[in-house]
Amino acid sequence: MQHTNTQDTLVGLFVVAGIAGLFFLALQVSNLGSFTSGQGYTLTANFTNSGGLKVRSPVSLAGVKIGQVSAIDLNPTTYQSVVTMHIDTAYNNLPDDTTASIFTAGLLGEQYVSLEPGGSDTYLKDQGKIDITQPAIILEKAIGQFLFKSAEEKSE
Amino acid sequence: MIRLLRQLGGDTRTGFTKLGRSSRFLLLALGGVVSVLLRPRLLLNQLYSVGVLSFLIISISGLFVGMVLGLQGYYTLSDFGAEETLGVLVAASLVRELGPVISGLLFAGRAGSALTAEIGLMKATEQLSGMEMMAVDPIKRIISPRFLAGCLSMPLLAALFSAIGIIGGEWVGVGLLGVDAGAYWGQMQAKLDFQNDIVNGFIKSLVFGFVATWIALFEGYDAVPTAEGVSRATTRTVVNSAFSILGIDFILTALMFGDD
Repeated sequence: MQHTNTQDTLVGLFVVAGIAGLFFLALQVSNLGSFTSGQGYTLTANFTNSGGLKVRSPVSLAGVKIGQVSAIDLNPTTYQSVVTMHIDTAYNNLPDDTTASIFTAGLLGEQYVSLEPGGSDTYLKDQGKIDITQPAIILEKAIGQFLFKSAEEKSE
Repeated sequence: MIRLLRQLGGDTRTGFTKLGRSSRFLLLALGGVVSVLLRPRLLLNQLYSVGVLSFLIISISGLFVGMVLGLQGYYTLSDFGAEETLGVLVAASLVRELGPVISGLLFAGRAGSALTAEIGLMKATEQLSGMEMMAVDPIKRIISPRFLAGCLSMPLLAALFSAIGIIGGEWVGVGLLGVDAGAYWGQMQAKLDFQNDIVNGFIKSLVFGFVATWIALFEGYDAVPTAEGVSRATTRTVVNSAFSILGIDFILTALMFGDD
């Protein structure tokens, strides 16, 4: 009887360990754990070009992640990219002259929205809009311009 | 020439007969699953011998595979200055491919061969016929509990393999090579999707468990009841399971990850 008891315990431990492994994968490894649960507010910003920004790309301020991109749409009249961001409630004191830029993490890294606070005393509210934006730097474009310029300089 | 053709025809025919027998066997085993649920003791014993006893080999292999991935991935990624994506590399390759496939192969080698040998010996020593004489259905009593245990154990083992591998990768990447821990986990969470990666990997491991257990049980049940026959059946189990797992893995990957 003792034998079957230890066996049962081991089976139980095995099943628990397996399920714990699954939970670990679901919560720690995948994006399921980082789903924002309504605990926050949304801001929008219009960019002339949002580059390779994706839904769930991070939104950071001074290098700290404070939210994530929840939607990217095209404004059909201005042809601008409308980026909706979900910001954590803990950071509800962003000045209304905050600027938003799209940067790339490293040369080949993914793109993210970087916010830079201004000096205003009024804060951005839910559904607020960030007016000052800087579009994503398209690497190919920049290299193209650089090459074009150096070629021009040479011919002069 | 004619003899060769005849041989080919004969082989094809026996191949098809075997496929038919194994399908019939599968249906019978599935039919017996309901009666297993009424006797959980049988299932528990099999979960022990199929799952718990495979636990050690799976977790140690997972740890080492994860550590090797961490090392190799780091050296390749550092050429591009992209060490931060090490977490994505380790986790994606483990969850999508290596976890289900390697634990499937180990499962076939560790648990599958044991199942075949056990059932083959039962047949060789006429225990199965003895059961029939006593009006006990050997399929319900012997096969179905093992089948269910295999199908249940394999996804858990694969999940453990991946989880331990990811932790092993972190030891090497973050602990030894100095990748930032926040980047390791953060990029992983940003890049890996629950639906696309975790659930698909889980489905893969479920399918591999099903196939490996089916092959192991059928080969044992179908073995020639001699010492040589059992040994051949055990070999066939490992070879056929490995082929099926790798082949099915290709098909599943094409279906799951083909469009993105």
